[in-house]
Amino acid sequence: MVELKITNLSASVDGKKILKGVDLTVKGGEIHALMGPNGAGKSTLGNVLVGHPDYKIEGGSIVLDNIDLTNKTPEERARAGLFLAFQSPIAIPGVKISSFLRTAYKQLHPEDKTNVTQFFDNVKKHLKKVGLDESFLSRSVNDGFSGGERKRFEILQMAILRPKIVILDEIDSGLDVDALKLVADEIIEYASSEVGFLIVTHYQRILKNIDPNFVHVLVNGKIAKEGDKNLALQIEEKGYDWIRS
Amino acid sequence: MEVQIENKEEEIERLLDGLKNSKSSDWEFRDTYNPIYSTGKGLNKAVVEEISEIKKEPDWMRRFRLKALEVFQSKPMPNWGPDLSGIDWENTNYYNKPDERKANNWEDVPDQIKQTFEKLGIPEMEQKYLAGSVAQYESEGVYHSLKKVWEDKGVVFMDLDSAVKNHPDLVKEYFCKAVPMTDNKFAALNGAVWSGGSFLYVPKGVHIDMPLQTYFRMNNESTGQFEHTIVVGDEGSSVHYIEGCTAPRWDKDSLHSAIVEIYAHKNSNVRYTSVQNWSKSVYNMPTKRAWVDENAKMEWVGGSLGSKVTMIYPSSYLRGPHATTSNLNISLAGPGTVKDTGAKAIHMAPYTSSKIIAKSISIEDGKAIYRGLLRMNKGAVNSRSRVQCDALLINDESQSYTYPHDEIYEPSGTFSHEATVGKIGTEELTYLRSRGLSEDEASSMIVLGFLDDVMREIPMEFAIEMNRLVKLEMGKLGAVG
Repeated sequence: MVELKITNLSASVDGKKILKGVDLTVKGGEIHALMGPNGAGKSTLGNVLVGHPDYKIEGGSIVLDNIDLTNKTPEERARAGLFLAFQSPIAIPGVKISSFLRTAYKQLHPEDKTNVTQFFDNVKKHLKKVGLDESFLSRSVNDGFSGGERKRFEILQMAILRPKIVILDEIDSGLDVDALKLVADEIIEYASSEVGFLIVTHYQRILKNIDPNFVHVLVNGKIAKEGDKNLALQIEEKGYDWIRS
Repeated sequence: MEVQIENKEEEIERLLDGLKNSKSSDWEFRDTYNPIYSTGKGLNKAVVEEISEIKKEPDWMRRFRLKALEVFQSKPMPNWGPDLSGIDWENTNYYNKPDERKANNWEDVPDQIKQTFEKLGIPEMEQKYLAGSVAQYESEGVYHSLKKVWEDKGVVFMDLDSAVKNHPDLVKEYFCKAVPMTDNKFAALNGAVWSGGSFLYVPKGVHIDMPLQTYFRMNNESTGQFEHTIVVGDEGSSVHYIEGCTAPRWDKDSLHSAIVEIYAHKNSNVRYTSVQNWSKSVYNMPTKRAWVDENAKMEWVGGSLGSKVTMIYPSSYLRGPHATTSNLNISLAGPGTVKDTGAKAIHMAPYTSSKIIAKSISIEDGKAIYRGLLRMNKGAVNSRSRVQCDALLINDESQSYTYPHDEIYEPSGTFSHEATVGKIGTEELTYLRSRGLSEDEASSMIVLGFLDDVMREIPMEFAIEMNRLVKLEMGKLGAVG
């Protein structure tokens, strides 16, 4: 049973404390939405979970399937099954998408003996699903991508790399309605009893395409309110001001 | 399109898997082979006479050597570049003869030398990818072969010593024309003690579709290797010539001071690729120059990976209208090493063009310098040139410098310079690591990405080799940043 357990997590960046004791548990088969006003610490949580070296964990723990990831490197977390779709994925010129995907896949699934042809057949299938052309494979990672292409590529990676826990940081920004539909469909298809989702979003736009089981509101570095999808609707109507940490 | 991608990925994956556990001892190993003859330490008139005597050379060559020795002794050390005070002239061994024979098949190469080249994968590579192959061990070529189909078309490919004997008139026509012995101190040194190197002549209209390669191996401590290579593409021909070189690592430094002369005649197309991976006890000081005639194309592709100090500036003299040249170079300045590399393009005729792309990577205190010359003579109307230098600094103490030198005497000429300096950033590293790559793998992936536009021009087998060398260098570092 897949379970990501975040307990009393606090973290700082540049000496400034951003997360002040976050508790959150995401299980396989569940879709969680993490909402909150600007500056609440939503993206910080994503960066802390992925193990970004600029973010310092001050206390608490991150445990995935009984493996303590709190002090682990980003690659160890990825190998444990954690995946973050970055809000603004960085360009890496000259690194070809095809070899990047293949290298990453082999790191994350060393036991898998899928050959190159089978692997790329699968990649092409998913490229089509997220609305990208096959020629995309010969481009460089995020280099010269439009905002929408970056997001589609993050979702493509999710589908190919098959993580257990998926964190989506503002995945809907930069996507038009049609693209959002494609991306949401790919997410829904990937969601299963084996996979847990944490959708980090400021607006509830993406939540019109994907029904969350749980909604958490992060205010000032702490979870201030929790509920079901109705909470997201309330936020759309009333904003965040009525929720106090 | 899609098929191509897959096949290439598959091929690369297969090759990389084969190299997974490679380490520098794969080519830095020492073997115990002793030369059958050596001139001993030091350089003087007697040593030069001795070399000429052993080679049973014609008198013109003996006199040429002695003249070159005088020029060498009279010229000062170049003081405008890296520190060369570590070159120990007195304790260097200028000539080591490995064996009496020059074999045409590997069976006839002495066992130990053959094993060395086998460890380096040379016979295998020859079989798979090459139209012809020369192997040099210490001072002499020990092996050469050329596929019969090319021999029948009049192609000549052998070590230069053999060519002096078998094709004296042809050699005389080109020997030291593009690079006169007076050119610089190291060219003069080469003139005095040269030994080995390759002679490649491609007759008019002959297109060789597979590369020809020479592999140079130095083995002993405190030795010098002074080969002289001549490549001639006669009118309307095309050829790709490749050089590779390695040496074991020693406590005492060795010296490699070669001359490469290339003659691209009218309408010919010559490509010269070299992947230099000397050990960190080698001073690498070659002089490389091409004469490029009307409508001919000369391409330099270089990977300067190893050595302690390298100074190399391959030059193209664009002598006829519409002659073109490109120079793509990768320099890897590892810890404690200096790469003073660059290119020269001399536009001497109308409508000539040159393109120079230089990429350097500095690791730890490694120092990468781009030094280039671009000259457009008066009358070289409507000529064009583009120079691009990109440097990547891996650590805080890594260094990179750019010294371009432009002399434009023709007002209708156009030229551009671009230069960038970058570092490997935390964001890029974190992104790749979050996809399961270790820090080393992520760094080398970023470095290889930085090199990509040059790597694409390199034959796949060499790109793979380069790939593994970069990974090894990066892997040695442990933490980056």
